[in-house]
Amino acid sequence: MRVVVDLSRCQGYAQCAFLAPDAFRMHGEEALMYDPNPDDVQREQVLRAAAACPLQAILVDRLEGRQAPAEVSPS
Amino acid sequence: MTSAENLRAFKRDGRIVVVGASLAGLRAAETLRDEGFTGSLTMIGDELGEPYDRPPLSKQVLTGWVPADGTKLPRRREIDAEWLLGVPAGGLDLKTNQVRLADGREIPFDRVLIATGVRARPWFVESEAALDGVFVVRTREHAEGLRRALAAGPRRVLVIGAGFTGSEIASVCRERDIPVTVAELAAAPLVGALGAMIGEVAADMQRAHGVDLKCGVKVTRLEGDAQGRFRRAHFDDGTTIDADVAVVALGGIRNTEWLRDSGLAAGVWGIACDTGCRALTLDGLITDDIFVAGDVARCPNPVYEYRLISLEHWANAVEQAEVAAHNMVSAQADRWPHLSLPVFWSIQFGVNIKSVGVPTFADEVVVTQGSVPDHRFVAAYGYRGRVTAAVSFDNAKWLDHYRQLIETAAPFPPPCPTPDQPADMKPVPVDFPGPALLAQGATVVVTGHDPGERRVTAAQQHHR
Repeated sequence: MRVVVDLSRCQGYAQCAFLAPDAFRMHGEEALMYDPNPDDVQREQVLRAAAACPLQAILVDRLEGRQAPAEVSPS
Repeated sequence: MTSAENLRAFKRDGRIVVVGASLAGLRAAETLRDEGFTGSLTMIGDELGEPYDRPPLSKQVLTGWVPADGTKLPRRREIDAEWLLGVPAGGLDLKTNQVRLADGREIPFDRVLIATGVRARPWFVESEAALDGVFVVRTREHAEGLRRALAAGPRRVLVIGAGFTGSEIASVCRERDIPVTVAELAAAPLVGALGAMIGEVAADMQRAHGVDLKCGVKVTRLEGDAQGRFRRAHFDDGTTIDADVAVVALGGIRNTEWLRDSGLAAGVWGIACDTGCRALTLDGLITDDIFVAGDVARCPNPVYEYRLISLEHWANAVEQAEVAAHNMVSAQADRWPHLSLPVFWSIQFGVNIKSVGVPTFADEVVVTQGSVPDHRFVAAYGYRGRVTAAVSFDNAKWLDHYRQLIETAAPFPPPCPTPDQPADMKPVPVDFPGPALLAQGATVVVTGHDPGERRVTAAQQHHR
């Protein structure tokens, strides 16, 4: 699944690192590192993390399941 | 037809072309569809594959946690676009409203969004840049190449340029326990963006993490062995250093060359536009159908005396793209100005560095809260007695407070909002590197005498 975090909004509350530790990790006290393409088995955890973010800074792909690549036709 | 009928017809079956299929281009396309544009949408991009996120390339990808092809951007919605990928745009014709691709194809449009961004500034000697082991980091292919080189366990990595990207890469090297030398022309890391005081803090951080930091030096030559592998770098003070990997982190070049004959105000600084993201011509006339967003846009900001500012910031790309897209499908009275303050972040040596405002628009800087030795503080920047920017080290929660101070032109120095007032809260000169280090010279020439004849032409620009 695809994820992006708006780190200009993120304030390091670390809720995501608590709820989905395989996808979101704190680097030092405040900096967040994350996996932009976590495995689908983490889906529930990642969605919970996105919902819990106090800054609503986590965006999860809305096209999940009907993947976008079909749109891309290199020519 | 009335203009309202025209707009309805355009939203229904007009043709929009987006040049640049990265973050700004993608978010603009999504916004166009959100706003009810049902006409044809064409995405032009020089890289193959779907739009991907770049910030992880100098961090999670280089540490080996995330594969370089694992940063494709999540989609907010379907955009039902035709994608023309792998070929850069070669020209723009304002008379016929066509984008010309480098392979000669011509793509007609009613409105176009230019979001061609920035590319990495390459090492200035081509044969040296081509050595095995010499890298820049901008695309996922670059990042994948450097990730492999770091995984191979180099004896030493040389990072040329201690801006944000160079510092982040040095940080990754130390995290991976790889010896690293950072060479910077200025007196300290990050000084070009944040000034001398923060530069000193950044230098302390690098040295505390075991970086061999060399400031005030210039790399003059990259030397390879008989197999064409990078082996040694030469400095202007006559010294050399042996390393297996060199990372050239000397900033970016805005992708505007393809607009050279277009008549737009495009050059090394970016493409000038108004706050509605409409491009200006060289003569300073506003265009109706040409819009600009992202790293390549150069937009006036009223907070900073309406100076034209170009930003290579993630959030700016998203917000400016949304404003541009909204304005592309809106009537004059419904258009939005892009007025948000710049926000920037960098993660290095375990510290979260963030800024709000424009730190280079300042004459003084003061630490307003926290502790510099602990690398946890906020510094406020002031220009002629008002707050114009703030930088936080592991103190991001306070930046919104400073954003309000900037937006309300609050007096500088501002009072400390918390009990952790620093012992010595005294403003000091901000001290940015002088124009000799930053200036790139004149870019235009004015010709003609009569009002109907006077025109501005672009001077030929050469990148240093």
